[in-house]
Amino acid sequence: MSLSLYAGTLSSGILTGLVYGLAAMGLSVIFGVVRLVNFAHGEMMVLGMFAAVVLAAAWGIDPLLSALPVAALLFVAGYGLQRGLLNRFIDRPDHQQFILLLGIAMILVNGLMMVFGPDARSTNVPYGFDAFFVGGITLDKTRVYAAGGALIVAAALYAFFRFSRTGIAIRACADNQLGAAVVGLDVKGLYAITFGIGSAVVGIAGCLLSLVIDVRPQLAADYTLLSFIIVIVGGLGSMGGALLGGVLIGVSEALAGVLIDPSRKQMVSYGLLILVLLVRPQGLLGKRG
Amino acid sequence: MLTQDLFEGVTPRGKMLFTAGLGALLLLPEVADSYLISILTLIFWFAYVGQAWNVMMGFAGQLSLGHALYVGLGGYGAAALYMHLGLGPWVGMLVVVPVCALVGMAIGWLGFRFGVRGVHFALLTIACAEFTRVAFDHITALGGSGGLFLPVVGGRGDDLLMLRGSPQLYYYVMLVLALLALALCRIVTRTRLGYFWLALRENPDAAAALGIPLLRVKLLAVGLSAGMTAVGGVFYAFYYNNLFPDQVFAMGRSIEILLGPIVGGIGTVFGPVLGAMILTPLGEGASLLLEALGITLPGTKQVIYGLMLVLIICFRPAGIWPWLAVKAGLVVPPGETDLREKGEAE
Amino acid sequence: MSLTLQGMTWLTRRQVLVGSAGLVGAASVLGAPALGQSSSGPLKIGVLLPRSGILAQAGQSCARAEAIGASVLKGLGYSVEILSADTESNTDTARARAEKLINDGAHVIVGAFDSGQTGAAAQVCEQRGIPLVVNIAAAPQLTEQGYKTFFRNFPTSLDLVGNAFPLMKEVFATTGKAPTKALFLHANDTFGMANKGAFERLFPNAAMPFSMLEPIAYDPKAQDLSVEVAKAKASGAELLIVTTRAADAILIVREMVKQRFEPMGIMSPGSSGLYDEQFYKVLGKYSDYATTILPWYDGKTPLSQQVRAEFVKIFPKDNFEGHAFNIGCTLDALLVAADAHKRAGTTAAPALLEALRTTKLETHMMIGPAITFDAKGQNVNFSSAVVQNLDQRPTVVLPKGAAEKAPVFPMPGWQNRG
Repeated sequence: MSLSLYAGTLSSGILTGLVYGLAAMGLSVIFGVVRLVNFAHGEMMVLGMFAAVVLAAAWGIDPLLSALPVAALLFVAGYGLQRGLLNRFIDRPDHQQFILLLGIAMILVNGLMMVFGPDARSTNVPYGFDAFFVGGITLDKTRVYAAGGALIVAAALYAFFRFSRTGIAIRACADNQLGAAVVGLDVKGLYAITFGIGSAVVGIAGCLLSLVIDVRPQLAADYTLLSFIIVIVGGLGSMGGALLGGVLIGVSEALAGVLIDPSRKQMVSYGLLILVLLVRPQGLLGKRG
Repeated sequence: MLTQDLFEGVTPRGKMLFTAGLGALLLLPEVADSYLISILTLIFWFAYVGQAWNVMMGFAGQLSLGHALYVGLGGYGAAALYMHLGLGPWVGMLVVVPVCALVGMAIGWLGFRFGVRGVHFALLTIACAEFTRVAFDHITALGGSGGLFLPVVGGRGDDLLMLRGSPQLYYYVMLVLALLALALCRIVTRTRLGYFWLALRENPDAAAALGIPLLRVKLLAVGLSAGMTAVGGVFYAFYYNNLFPDQVFAMGRSIEILLGPIVGGIGTVFGPVLGAMILTPLGEGASLLLEALGITLPGTKQVIYGLMLVLIICFRPAGIWPWLAVKAGLVVPPGETDLREKGEAE
Repeated sequence: MSLTLQGMTWLTRRQVLVGSAGLVGAASVLGAPALGQSSSGPLKIGVLLPRSGILAQAGQSCARAEAIGASVLKGLGYSVEILSADTESNTDTARARAEKLINDGAHVIVGAFDSGQTGAAAQVCEQRGIPLVVNIAAAPQLTEQGYKTFFRNFPTSLDLVGNAFPLMKEVFATTGKAPTKALFLHANDTFGMANKGAFERLFPNAAMPFSMLEPIAYDPKAQDLSVEVAKAKASGAELLIVTTRAADAILIVREMVKQRFEPMGIMSPGSSGLYDEQFYKVLGKYSDYATTILPWYDGKTPLSQQVRAEFVKIFPKDNFEGHAFNIGCTLDALLVAADAHKRAGTTAAPALLEALRTTKLETHMMIGPAITFDAKGQNVNFSSAVVQNLDQRPTVVLPKGAAEKAPVFPMPGWQNRG
């Protein structure tokens, strides 16, 4: 096994991990503020992926650009969902939230199959098969662009929560719901905005991922699970944790593929998850809650 | 005495309906054909494993999203003993049930020991189930991902000992298992342990303050739940005669297992039964309805099913049984029992 | 079931609908034994396929044979009626739907694409004495379990791989080029494992010009196969032998292009993936030259041409070749059932089973001799063809008798394609 194999594997793991991390960030933001576990997460991402495919097929829009309208679409959908339905479930036990979102997930994924059929579809970007060659390493273009996009969105999200009035208000909500209500913040409205933002982030991640992966409705459940692993490893509710978790899972799966056996690489992710849960249940960057 | 205990709090109407329903189920194979028998066997199976899951979540408050783990371990364990050592399923259960109970308790212990709670604990159970699924994909002695196939023994006779025979045999076996699970849960909830579970679920801190050994009580719930589920797995193996890791250990199976109890009424003894009796026919009913309407587009049924889940959880969040039982006068409403008993005493 | 809806009075119409459907269902299950015992009339074939769930792509592709088969079979003088059912890619549902099909009067079941679901349906068919004609399901164990009503018109992995070796040699002989090192890259699923087992058994005596490197197995659920392909590239393999499921074939080739991994060829001993319509649509010119060695339809027979004409009529937007294998296998299973019915002259199960055991069906869609079944219900007379993607469609290149074009080997590099 040559050095370039390791270097290539490592870089590919990092790049893919960043996009996974962005997807998981949507989940993390929602949980961190609304305290709601979005079990329809992967389904929303696949919705974003299909939106990217439709825009690419109809008008040839690059998924990197269609990320913006798709984000808007998913923001509205997420906002509406939280306002109309999920706000009623905030204080309910976990299993009730789980069933509700599971039902929504079933409707979404099967609805997508009814509309688009089960075949894999691609956004077919012109650079879809290109790669950069740096030294002995092959860096595939779509992954580089997707990872770059993920970093930009993550930075924007961070800035939003750090500096904007709404972002600060949302963080206040997350830290102390009662206090936020007392000082006159519209908590439920902010929850809806948060869910909208989380959904938009997931939508963008879907667009970016549609560069790398062919879209099928059946992908959804696997991505839900993957995002869960990432946020738990990184720290549920922590934005940086989601990115770190994504990269960690991406890299460890890639390395496991080289070192052990590709068909066992998922075991490494689950093993990592179990380990983190036991050693540091709040996640690597999570705060003890 | 025992039956009196089992039916405590059930109104005469409830007892009558239960007896009538049970009688109908016992006689049904005489008149029904094997489609109905097949569906009912499935309903009993889900009622049974739902009951098992409910012990852990409904009684002890530990959310498991990975119960397929015990179905798979139980099924594979018994199938391996049957194929390699010629041991029948009931003997196999003597091995796999304790093993699964121990596995469950080990996972539970790790989780509780390290303070893994709520969603995190649920994720731990998923991770263990998925980890095992991928591991079983690689156990070549058990067929790996290629699947494990049990020989289908010819001959028409029903062999209860080896669990080989007609659909009617499986129907009665599963019916009895579901009834036993129902009775067991009914009894256990009335023991000291049952009250400990109740205290634990309602308020862990208060329960600890009262001196209830929380860890041991929780572990007993997890162990009982896992062991019971393993029996469901053994039945599964001998009913289907083939096992694939991505079918028995699937996360989808874990989810199907817990839908019944939640829809029926979590923490109630009859909820898992009612849930299974609602959900399986709901799926079949949706298929029939679509067939009648001439809609063949794949996916439609699941959309309807998903919609029904959303509606049920919106309108009956505590499950259907608690509401139905009181509404239809099947049980004495909670609270009234005490009053009446007190009234009689005074 | 209507109980679930009480208290939601605004749903009354649905309640009535669902309730009445339940009643109809109950009536039909209870009343079934009394009805439909007549053994004249058309043969009712229940077609059981994974139309939704993870195998939906393949299941829906196979299902296209239903619409086509209805008219084609009528044209051949068979009298059949097709009932459809969806396994939802789930064994529990497969079992229930098989029961339901038989209840609805199905005399024969055809299905079910996947070995697990086929096994579940086989239980039901065995218990009820109804024949099951398998369209696709390759696990060799299925015909070893001892079923009496099980007929498989699909090769086991041993047949697929055994047929592939001589044809591979013929490709090398025709083109004058042969690889020296081959790598087996496969999904770790039922089919992948079965093919791997067949390789291990047959390769030592096959006298192939190449040696086999350590095989690489990947998780069929994986969405990222970059590492697997990088590993394959690093192994120095000159021939990549794959067993893919469906969309993973696209992932593999995509990664090969990106990583500039250019072996002399990509060959599959009979797995789906390389000839699926989605493979061509997504990969375009990069889909070319990938080769599958499997039983294929004979494009020159009138039957195949008729099927193609029907396909174009019913699915004008889709490519026939991308579905031809699934349709061919399913249609042949329908033909086997219809032929048995015609010879038996009745829809009664015992006569049908007897007729199936003595099947000798000359007119079928896939290349090969007449369809017959051995004592275990397995058709052992399969011939395979070498099907290479040329001009973004699957093209028969060997054997010479059926070939439309000559094989291309080694395949041109990724950068040297129009």
